[in-house]
Amino acid sequence: MVKINGELLEKDGKTVTEMLADMEISGQRVAVEINEEIVPKAKYDETILKDGDRVEVVRFVGGG
Amino acid sequence: MPIPSREEMYSALEERHGTELQKKLDSASVAVCGLGGLGSNIAIALARAGVGYLHIIDFDRVDISNLNRQQYFPEQLGEPKSEAMKDTLERLAPYCHIKADNIKLSEDNIPALLSDADIIVEAFDKADQKAMLVNCVLENMPDKYLVSGSGMAGIAPSNIITTKRITKRFYLCGDGVSDVDDGMGLVSSRVLICAGHQAHAVIRIIAGEFDI
Repeated sequence: MVKINGELLEKDGKTVTEMLADMEISGQRVAVEINEEIVPKAKYDETILKDGDRVEVVRFVGGG
Repeated sequence: MPIPSREEMYSALEERHGTELQKKLDSASVAVCGLGGLGSNIAIALARAGVGYLHIIDFDRVDISNLNRQQYFPEQLGEPKSEAMKDTLERLAPYCHIKADNIKLSEDNIPALLSDADIIVEAFDKADQKAMLVNCVLENMPDKYLVSGSGMAGIAPSNIITTKRITKRFYLCGDGVSDVDDGMGLVSSRVLICAGHQAHAVIRIIAGEFDI
């Protein structure tokens, strides 16, 4: 199980790209951290979620 | 009336904030990226608090549509925001060291341009640009503190705007959902609340108070 934004989900083995697609989130408007470390955008396709990972998906919305 | 001396301004701040905190504020360096509704208000709050060095950055010019929430004056319409804001900051905090850049930030120039600040404030308006700056800073500048704002459009309640500490050095303010692209405009009072959260997160980081 992977904890995504505080919620336990069965996303083990998925890549960051696949996780974002499941969440219907555009990769252009997010920042993703796994276990307090930023995941570089260029590594979304190759970074695989592991059991016990704590993931933060920060979605940005417009306005400022 | 002549403006007060540096010493007079400093001791007035010291009286309100305490000697120790004022010393920290005076030696702090903060970059404010974007000088719209968030950034113009954040820059003013930080300058008034006595932050010693502010690097303010925007590539846009003051437009009449900005005046409902951004800290510009009608006579500044058409001026670069960075210059207009510098003029205002110099009036209200004449001894703050201000660097103003009229430039569009990108992945290519962020690491060099923002290297002068200990704390970086993301105050853009476009979601993809917010994400670009946040990712670029977190990937390339791990020693910086970063305070970002997302979700403050419309007139939803004040109390759903919060400050979150996402990682050790990355704070996120806003309600996370109220998107200006959903047709809700930006209202001065609510943008100010988010700007206040961001400015206060910066002040707390400077003070060495990292909890939220």
